[in-house]
Amino acid sequence: MDPAAAKLIGAGLASIALVGAGIGIGTIFGNYLAGALRNPSAAPGQFANLLLGFALAEATGLFGLVIALIILFVF
Amino acid sequence: MPDPMHQFEIKRLINLEFIGLDASFTNSSLFMVIAIACIAFLTIWGMRGRALVPTRMQSVAEISYEFVANMVRDNVGSAGQKYFPFIFSLFMFVLFCNMLGMTPYSFTVTSHIIVTFALAALVFIGVTIIGFVKHGLGFLKFFVPSGVPVALLPLLVVIEVISYLTRPISLSVRLFANMMAGHTMLKVFGAFVVGLGLIGGWAPLAFMVAFTGLEILVAFLQAYVFAILTCIYLNDALHMHH
Repeated sequence: MDPAAAKLIGAGLASIALVGAGIGIGTIFGNYLAGALRNPSAAPGQFANLLLGFALAEATGLFGLVIALIILFVF
Repeated sequence: MPDPMHQFEIKRLINLEFIGLDASFTNSSLFMVIAIACIAFLTIWGMRGRALVPTRMQSVAEISYEFVANMVRDNVGSAGQKYFPFIFSLFMFVLFCNMLGMTPYSFTVTSHIIVTFALAALVFIGVTIIGFVKHGLGFLKFFVPSGVPVALLPLLVVIEVISYLTRPISLSVRLFANMMAGHTMLKVFGAFVVGLGLIGGWAPLAFMVAFTGLEILVAFLQAYVFAILTCIYLNDALHMHH
């Protein structure tokens, strides 16, 4: 295979990591909403944890994106 | 399509050399200086009145102070008050760099891994030193989880050490990747608006308006996460909760 093509395919494959970030963010916000609707008075207290969980979940997907960018621009 | 990575290019504004090292004043340095100037302006000029009923500027300065003070109090406790100035500076610097980056034609300092890694390494080394000064060699117990079978310990200690050592990498890559991915995406969609022209360009333009709002949220959120994770790491070092 042409190395340039292999590089592009590899970068594309590395971006699949963002699927996991999508699932993670969806789970966090979905569960937060489910919990908040059951007990609305407890919801504001957990907002900081929600944001923290969102950022942590998003970051794991972005690590994959960084690998894709490294493949594209460094090698 | 214009290169979406062009916006991250570092340009030398003033050429400087310091004992054989390239210490030029770049556009990155310029935006760091602007960020620091904005923070100093907000906190010093904003608080000059010290009014009981604050003006708008004073309100913003007080809200940001309160916000970080509550974060430190909730996550580290009273022992963390000593480290409040550092966490406040860190939070404000990252926040202002992210927000200045949202201005069109500006430069995002935090979209360069070397900047975020330097900040994260500073936090990591500082927190490790605090842990060893506070607990002596007892800080090494941090890597030994309590209440697990002895047979599993060799494996778990290795995992704990690795997870501790990856902290600066995850802390820096999180901020850098979020900033860079967001700005690249804005640029790519900006090129779509121009490329599709007057008839088709409205759809990506509407998306871009919404996405700019999201990016401003992310800019704040990443500064918040950076500061809160610093608090959590500091809490680990001070109290060794596991």
